[in-house]
This record gives sequence, structure tokens and C-alpha cells, in this order.
Amino acid sequence: MNNDIIDISNKYLTFVLATEEYAIDILRVQEIKGWSKVTQIPNTPNYVCGVINLRGTIVPIVDLRLRFNLDYQEYGSMTVVVVVNVISQNGKERIMGIVVDGVSDVYDVTETEIKPPPDFGSVISTEFVKGLATVSDKMVIVLDIDKLLNSDELAIIDGLSQSEI
Amino acid sequence: MTIDLTQVRGLFFEESFENLDIMESSLLDLEIGNFNEELINNIFRAAHSIKGGAGIFQLEDIVTFAHNAETFLDEVRDRKHSIDQTLIDLLLRTGDILRMMLLASKDNNEYDTQLVQACQNELKQALTKEIIETPEIISSEEIIVEPEVLRQWHIEFKPDLPILKTGNDPINLFRELKELGELTVIANTDAIPNFADIDPQSCYLSWELILQSKASRADIEEIFEWVIDECELNITVNNLENLESPTSENLKSIEVSEVETTEPIPEIIAPMVSQDIVVEPTVEIHKEPSDDIVNKHVNIQGNTNSIRVGIDKIDNLINIVGELVITQSMLDQIGENFDNSDIIQLRDGLSQLERNTRELQENVMRIRMLPISFSFNRFPRLVHDLSSQLGKKVELILSGESTELDKTVLEKMSDPLVHLVRNSLDHGIELPEQRKQAGKPEIGQLHLNAFHQSGNIVIQISDDGAGFDIEKIRAKAIQKGWITPEENLVNEQLYEFIFQPGFSTSEEISDVSGRGVGMDVVRRNIRDLGGSIEVKSETGKGSKFSIRLPLTLAILDGQLVRVGKEIFVLPLLSIMESLRIQTKLVNSFTGTVEIYKLRDDYIPILRLYKLFDIKNTATKLEQGLLVIAEGDGQKIGLFVDELLSQQQIVIKNLENNYKKVQGVSGATILGNGNVALILDITGLIQLFRNQTKSPSYLPLGATRYE
Repeated sequence: MNNDIIDISNKYLTFVLATEEYAIDILRVQEIKGWSKVTQIPNTPNYVCGVINLRGTIVPIVDLRLRFNLDYQEYGSMTVVVVVNVISQNGKERIMGIVVDGVSDVYDVTETEIKPPPDFGSVISTEFVKGLATVSDKMVIVLDIDKLLNSDELAIIDGLSQSEI
Repeated sequence: MTIDLTQVRGLFFEESFENLDIMESSLLDLEIGNFNEELINNIFRAAHSIKGGAGIFQLEDIVTFAHNAETFLDEVRDRKHSIDQTLIDLLLRTGDILRMMLLASKDNNEYDTQLVQACQNELKQALTKEIIETPEIISSEEIIVEPEVLRQWHIEFKPDLPILKTGNDPINLFRELKELGELTVIANTDAIPNFADIDPQSCYLSWELILQSKASRADIEEIFEWVIDECELNITVNNLENLESPTSENLKSIEVSEVETTEPIPEIIAPMVSQDIVVEPTVEIHKEPSDDIVNKHVNIQGNTNSIRVGIDKIDNLINIVGELVITQSMLDQIGENFDNSDIIQLRDGLSQLERNTRELQENVMRIRMLPISFSFNRFPRLVHDLSSQLGKKVELILSGESTELDKTVLEKMSDPLVHLVRNSLDHGIELPEQRKQAGKPEIGQLHLNAFHQSGNIVIQISDDGAGFDIEKIRAKAIQKGWITPEENLVNEQLYEFIFQPGFSTSEEISDVSGRGVGMDVVRRNIRDLGGSIEVKSETGKGSKFSIRLPLTLAILDGQLVRVGKEIFVLPLLSIMESLRIQTKLVNSFTGTVEIYKLRDDYIPILRLYKLFDIKNTATKLEQGLLVIAEGDGQKIGLFVDELLSQQQIVIKNLENNYKKVQGVSGATILGNGNVALILDITGLIQLFRNQTKSPSYLPLGATRYE
């Protein structure tokens, strides 16, 4: 029983962006879906594609390529959106979608296998990276999804309610 | 083996506050000079339960205070006091003090003991004075009813099984009985079933009680008053000689005096121990369910976002969901072996599904609706307190209390309503002498009314007071520089000034009103809810505020507009008109802003595609349309490509998963499943101002309100 629980918490879903493989905690993944038309939100950074209707919930979609300053790639029928649960600093749970090139695999990675990243050489700021792990001779970058999707423009600013306007 | 009483504490406080509310509303319903037994009994019962509860938690101060109040109330109940204003005031204050003490005890805070002492003394004074005044009544009554002789009472008390679930603990009853005299308690364990059959929340015990006391039958019956419907009770008087207690193999005696106050339940279990039942599991069973119940209650209390829904609404929902399930299984069946001949059935099924869905939606929306009495109920006390503070006589009339509106709207309307009522009392209704001079009845009338009108809810606050002093408002407006003395405005225009920040005609600032903050806030709150406020007033005859609000915040009437390929929703309420632009009426203002001359107004044109950076749109003004919208008193012309349909839209929150976007108040899902953003005019204006980086070009305050 207990072993099962431990195993699950160490499962990671990996996806591909350009040439690199990234991993996120599988328990945070709500679903994986194809690309659907988004409604753009005005005056937002370019990596925020817009919002979609996910069975009645308005879900923002973030393009990870653009977030990591990689080249823009046209969205099409092969584009994959991973819908994830993000927990922000104030403990609020949010649903967000991330656009990736494609999902690749599910790996078992134990906590000890994740090594701290070197602080250069990656296209992304190391603060979003939990660490690096090697799985079947491949290196994957383990992302901290909470930090990534609560950074910069995506952060919820407390105290800014509509009544202030 | 101890039960964690801290969790039950929350329940006690919750109940006590409810009791205080009952006490207060009953007091306010009491008419002066009219002895209403039912109301007084309500008040007494409320005080009594608070005392009882406080006893369990050893809140000695509250017990003492409540006891004093109870003694006084007892006299009131016995018609020894006349019901007058001083009495009602005193009792209201008593309630306030109790509330203060309870609040402080709840958070383990200190409270003002002087206040308590003062009130307690007042209660005592009222008490002794009356007793001195009417000593013969008391004694004669007592003598007629029961002579004070030491007697032995034999009480058979057999509670119904679920008595513990109703919160009545026999131990407490016995404890109270013990205060009357010497008490012997004998528990009868005959009825305890086999261990496997025991329901830990049921009371299988019955008791024989022998009480030696001077107390009257009524005194004893009063103790059992709470449980009389849930037990078999048999009270008999024994002769004094017959003192030896009956003994039996199956009876086990418990001395109540040895019972620890904090551990009532283990004592009930005690008889079971004598029957060789292992104690530990019993306690487990006992404890877990009660913990659960307590937790649930604590959660309800801790979460202020909870809502109390009538059971009929829930039943309705369940019915509809039931029908939905039936429809679904019907469709399922059709789908299993589908051929073309089933198409009619399929169509029927789909239309049934549509009806079910619509009903479900309507009923779910109804859950959020609360009667406005939730808000109105606080006004009797407010009016009572304020009118006596101001020395005015006011009768409050409430009507349409059962009108329902959305919970959020209700909550946000509470403060504005209080403000308007205070204003009416302070400025509107005159002092009794003034009213007499004006030939009006001394008692002023304040009327709160609510009703539905064409998809809106209207709340009216009207009084028969002095009405607005037009000249004063005029003078003030001139003094503030809002108008020039030459300007001749009609009354309705002048009334608008009372909604301006910093406006007050009251010469003196009181703690009630007159600081000139308020009416602007009232209107802003109402506008935020998508509503409007309107004033009517007649000098000398009174004034009337009408607030018009949407029934719910979750659904709104929207106008769909297209800009490029994007579709946006504008709240219909904020749109004043739409027009095709005549280019000769467009002028440039300081080079950055285009101004459209619409009749007498100059309206800045806001090009949505520029503001939102949308490509492939109409860029020439004559290609599109101008939608004149109003936000926060400011008119603006939105340049859009095309107007689409008008429809009811369900508002979805953007902040749940993303964050606040300026100029956008939310999102909605259109018929085709796409998301459309709902525009927020006020936000758009701000955004526009920031983008053009000249914050002061808009003619502030120059527009009139409708």
C-alpha cells in the first residue's frame, strides 16, 4: 500500500519543447488536449495566448515556447495543450493550460535522482527548474510548475480588486 | 475518556447568538403597555438557554449576569412590571452586554466589566424596587399556589431514545434539580440492548429521582420544560416518612454531586460498565459520531461564505435532477439501436433535455437567492436606537420582505441601505415638536419596501419627513463651486449634488451623519452592482429613494459587438445609444483624442482596436459604429466594427484561473462554445486615460446623470 503511494508521487510527465525534454509532476496534470481556438486577452504578454472554455471554466493558455524565448511555432492539429493545476503563493488553486510541442512519456523519478541544475546553459531561468534527472540515458529538466506559472505577469497581485478602479 | 468540549463551545456560541437575535427581535416587537405573553416567554427562554449553556462551559460571569436578567424577566413574566420604553431599553442593553460577554469569551478576550456591573446593578435595582412596591402580590401569589413545605418528590423520568441528539443532557437537568434540594438519582439500565445493537447516540437509560425540597410542582416542571415532549415524565409527591430509596438488582445509583461538570457523557456510560462491557470501544463509538457532528457545525460557522437554503429548493433540485437522469437514460436507449425511424423520438428526447436543463439552471440560480428580510431585519433595532438617540419618534414599516435577490447583491446592498436609513432618520424625519407645528402626526414614518419589476428588484426607502431643502442644496453647490449662482437648475438636477463627494447640508456633524461622505459611496456601490438610484422629494412632505438592482450578478443582458475577428460583450445597462458616425462631427482635441459632438455633449472616441491592439479591423470611423456607453458618470464613445445580437449571458470569472485584466470585467461562453470577454466601461476609460498619458483631458463631472 505505502509503496504504491510513494511511487505515484514520483511519476513525472515529460514533454518536448524544441529539442529539450521537460518533466512535470504528473499529479498536477489534469488532462491533455489538442489545440482549440483561444480568445485573446488584450494587453497581456505575448506568451499568454488567451483563454479557452474548458467545460464551462475559463482557462488561460500559456505558450511555453514563447515563455522560454524559443521560436514561435504555428499552432495546428498536432499542438498539445497540457492542462495543469497550479498552486499560487496564497494557496489558491488555479487551472492553466500550457502549450507544448508534444508529450513524450511518463517516468519514475525518485527525489534523489533529481540533481540541482547548473546556473547557466539553459534557455530558461533556473528558478523555475527543480533540477535535472537522467532517465534511460536522456536528460530531462524537471520544472517547478508553481513557480513558473506564478512568475512575472502571471502572478496574482493581492489587494487589487475591481472596487479599486 | 474526556470529550473535547472546545468543539462544542463553537456550537454554544452560535446558538447563543441566535438566541440573542430572537431576544432582540422579540423585544422590538413588544408594544408599549401591551403584555404579550408569547414574546416575553421567547425572551425568557432565550436568556435561560444562554445561562444554561454558559453553565456547561463554566462561564461564571455570564451565568451570573444571565441569572440576574432571568430573575428580572421572571418578574416581567409575572406581570410585575409594566411594559414601557425604559424596560425595553434596559432589556435591549442587557442583550447587548450578553453579546459582548459572549463575544469576548468566544475569543478569550477581556471585556469591560464596568459596563457589565453597571447593567447588572440596573437590573437589580429595577428588581428590588418593584419587589418593595408590590410585596403583597408576591406573597399572596406564593401562598395561594403552593405552601412552602419540605416534601419528597418522586420523579420518574424516561427520556425518548434520541434525546441526546436534540442537545438535551439529562445530567444538566439533574444538576438543576439538585439546586432545589437534596436529590437522589437512580438510573434504570433495563432498556440497554445488546452491545451490538447499541446506537451510541441514543439514550437507553431512564431514571427515578427522589427530591426533598420545598419547591413547588411548577418549579420542577419548569426544569423539564425543554424535554417534556421528548420523555415520559411522572411527578408524584411522597410523604415525608417514606424516605428510604427503592433498591433493585438492576438499578445503579449515581450521585449527581459527584459528576464532573465537563464530563457528562462518560457518566452516562457508567451504568454500562457495571454490565461487564469493555469501556474503550464504547467510548470510541460515542466519541466519533459526536465529533463529526461538531466538526460539521464548526465548519458551517467558520465559513462565512455559506448559505442557508430552504429545504423546498433543494427538493426541487433533486426532482429536476431525477428527471434529467430519466431523460438521459431515454436518450441512451434511443442511441443504442438507432435507426432513422427513431428520429422523432430523438427530437422529443432532446427537447425534454433542453427543458430539464433550463429548469435546472433556473433552480440552481434560485439557490443563491435570499429574501431581503435578511437585510431588513436589522433595521428595527437600528431605527429604535437611533430614534431614541435623536429624540425622534419613528414608526418603521417594512414591506415586501420576502422579495428574493442574489446573495452577493444582498450583502453589498446592506451598507448602502443602512446609510440611507440613517440619513432619513437624521435629516429627513423632524423632531416631534416640529412635526406638530407642520401639522403632521408626531410619529414619523419610515417605509422600507422591496418588489420585483421587469427583471429588476426595486428597493424603496421613503419617509414623511421634511424632504430636501432645495435652497440649501443650491447654496451648498454654489459654495462648492459646482454651479454658478446664475445657473438655473431644475430640482432633479439639484438632487444630483447630494451624490457628490463632500456634500452635506447638515450644519452640524453628528455621529449619525453629516460628514458628507456616504451618498457618493452609496451610489458607487449601487453602480458597481449594475444598479441605479433615484431620488424624489417634496419639501415638507418627505423624500423617497428608489434603488433599482439586477436580480442577479451571475447573468446579465449583454450586447455583442465585433472588433476585427474578436467578439466582446457590453453590459446592456451601460449602453446609452449606438450610432453611425458623421465624420463632420468629429474633432480632434489636443491632437491625441478625437471628440464626437453628440447633441450638447462632447464625447471622446475610444477606438477599441487601438486600445486592445487588434489587427484587421475597420480603421476609418465611417466604416464602423459608435456605441455611447457610460461608466462611473463618464460618457464615452466606443468605436466598434459591428453590433451583433443582444442576449443574456452567464458571467464567468476571469480571476479564478488568471487575474484581473483592466477593461475587462469577466468572460462568458457564447453559443458556439467560444469565450468572449465582457468589457468594463469604467476600466476602459482608465485604460484609455493611461494610454493617452494625459490624465486630465476628460471633462470631469461635466455630464449629467439620467
